[in-house]
Amino acid sequence: MTTTEPRIMPMGMAINEAMDVAMGLDEKVFLLGEDIAEPSGGVYKITKGLSTKYGTDRVRKTPISEAAIIGAAVGAAIAGYKPVAEIMIMDFIGVCLDQITNHAAKIRYMSGGQTTVPMVIRTSAGAGRGFGAQHSELLEAFAVHSPGMKVAIPSNPADAKGLLISSIFDADPVLFVEPMLMYWDPTYAGEVPAGDYRVPLGKANTVVEGKDVSLISYGRQVHTCKKAAEELAAEGISAEVIDLRSIVPYDEAAVMASVTKTKRAVVVHEAVTRCGFGAELSSRIHEELFGTLAAPVQRVGGKNIPIPYASNLEKAFLPQVADVVAAVKRTNK
Amino acid sequence: MATTNRPDAPDRDALLRMFEIQQKIKTADERFRAMLTSGQVQLIYYSPRGQECISAGYAVHLRPDDYVVTIYRGLHDHIAKGVPMRELWAEFLGRGTGTCKGKGGPMHVTHPKSGLMVTTGIVGAGIPIANGFGLASKLSGTDQVTVVNFGDGASNIGAFHEGLNMAAVWKLPVIFVCQNNLYGEHTPMAMSTGVEYISERAASYGMPGVTVNGNDPVAMWKVAGEAIERARAGEGPTLIEARTYRFWGHLMGDAMEYMPKEERKAAMAADPLPAFRAWLLDNGHANEAQLAEIEDQIKALVDDAVDFAMNSPEPSMDELYTDVYEEIIK
Repeated sequence: MTTTEPRIMPMGMAINEAMDVAMGLDEKVFLLGEDIAEPSGGVYKITKGLSTKYGTDRVRKTPISEAAIIGAAVGAAIAGYKPVAEIMIMDFIGVCLDQITNHAAKIRYMSGGQTTVPMVIRTSAGAGRGFGAQHSELLEAFAVHSPGMKVAIPSNPADAKGLLISSIFDADPVLFVEPMLMYWDPTYAGEVPAGDYRVPLGKANTVVEGKDVSLISYGRQVHTCKKAAEELAAEGISAEVIDLRSIVPYDEAAVMASVTKTKRAVVVHEAVTRCGFGAELSSRIHEELFGTLAAPVQRVGGKNIPIPYASNLEKAFLPQVADVVAAVKRTNK
Repeated sequence: MATTNRPDAPDRDALLRMFEIQQKIKTADERFRAMLTSGQVQLIYYSPRGQECISAGYAVHLRPDDYVVTIYRGLHDHIAKGVPMRELWAEFLGRGTGTCKGKGGPMHVTHPKSGLMVTTGIVGAGIPIANGFGLASKLSGTDQVTVVNFGDGASNIGAFHEGLNMAAVWKLPVIFVCQNNLYGEHTPMAMSTGVEYISERAASYGMPGVTVNGNDPVAMWKVAGEAIERARAGEGPTLIEARTYRFWGHLMGDAMEYMPKEERKAAMAADPLPAFRAWLLDNGHANEAQLAEIEDQIKALVDDAVDFAMNSPEPSMDELYTDVYEEIIK
């Protein structure tokens, strides 16, 4: 009998491994983006080593041209490739939004299914590093509002690997949002299965089981919810934490089952609250479970402001554990 | 066109294929406009009439597995690349038998079997996507080429700059065909563009740029042929500026008050298709009976396509949620 050491790694390494596995499995998988090849291997080192292993044809450094990057990925995907395009920081999506919403998202429909766009847009996002208003934002709602796009946002290294491999081999375009703060922070490291490990899109994970309130989240804010659940437990409130893992498609059945059980829900994400995915989710819960709910669904998200630079203001922008706890209490009035 | 013969002209077969493509475009366009003005059909229609030499000039060099990307004014490119007339008409009329099952419409005609890969309604947006096709061919090691069409107005949008630079850096087998009809929507080129010739812009990307009379099918054929040959040989992209004129304004129904009447009258008097026809006859490339036969066949082809489209059903309501994703996600 052989035993193996548990494979504990940070999310950045898990994402690298996902691309390595996918490229090894299928020669149609290739990467393109700014600075992604050696010697830098990306500004966050997420593609480190891959251009050495697979060559610069398949790990392509691009000009700083986001529209050209996404456009090239769209064309290559239609032609049978599985491109993984990196947009260094999510705020830069604004530069290439036309290629995402008008082209990647709509081409399957506009062509009546004759052409498809199996590509991934990887992008890093999140406040908390003092990068200011244009290098910190979560903009997943843009893509959620574009039928044709899928959106995944992992909360831990294993999911990051499993969701990314699934996304690369998905038949449709996926916006894959990587929480920047979790890349190399050892406190977020976790065990990651080896090899071709996949987590399907649209399948939520119940991170903490509970019976009094459902905390529904995705990405780094799942951890805020976990901490809130611990504080609430000390007060005798049993909170269930649901990690959606992908928001298009999202696991509506899991959400409704949880809220049917708890009768209370708080939706938590880092993107600004106004018109965020939480608004959609809250609305859906009300539509389906109005008579069951003991209280209105509460939303906790980023404040409706550009992200400030000064660390005290930046922190105030972000959802805090105390915000989640307070929202839960509003459902218990 | 000059009435004299030209030593640079292609062989008779290519000349007649170009004539046939142009005649198909003219016949289809005239029928669309007649049906629109008589109220038989209602659709958003951007007439390509006046620009057909350009499509014919590049298309005769292309193989079925070469790629074409075009824009909302794209009927001439669709026909030139060989999109079947029936399915094309049905798509324009929003029928379930159309190329895209009626879900795309005239601005999004797609027919990969013919190599017509993308029609976009967004000015300039096809340029970066064409690079993707070029990159796919390069990665696969094939000698396929991609021709991407756009207007003079598109040369002022960011996607043009990003796309041409990337194509040059990566030496992609892409031919950028700027169909310069002298107007971007309702604004004359001189009021929107800082250079006299769009082809001058190629220099800033380190790629060859050439301006050609897009109403001269022989000149267009020659320039397109050289660019396509370079691309196939792995020598990289070319920017072709084909100068032309659109006879019917930006959009059918456009009052065209921004186009000087005399300018338009002169352009229509110099209609390139009758001129090409006369030149073919004068120089013995074809006789009247041959050309008349081609014209009759095309009339029958368009008649048949119109009948097919008009008698085709609307898309099934079952199609509403299909083709958004591989699986149905509501």
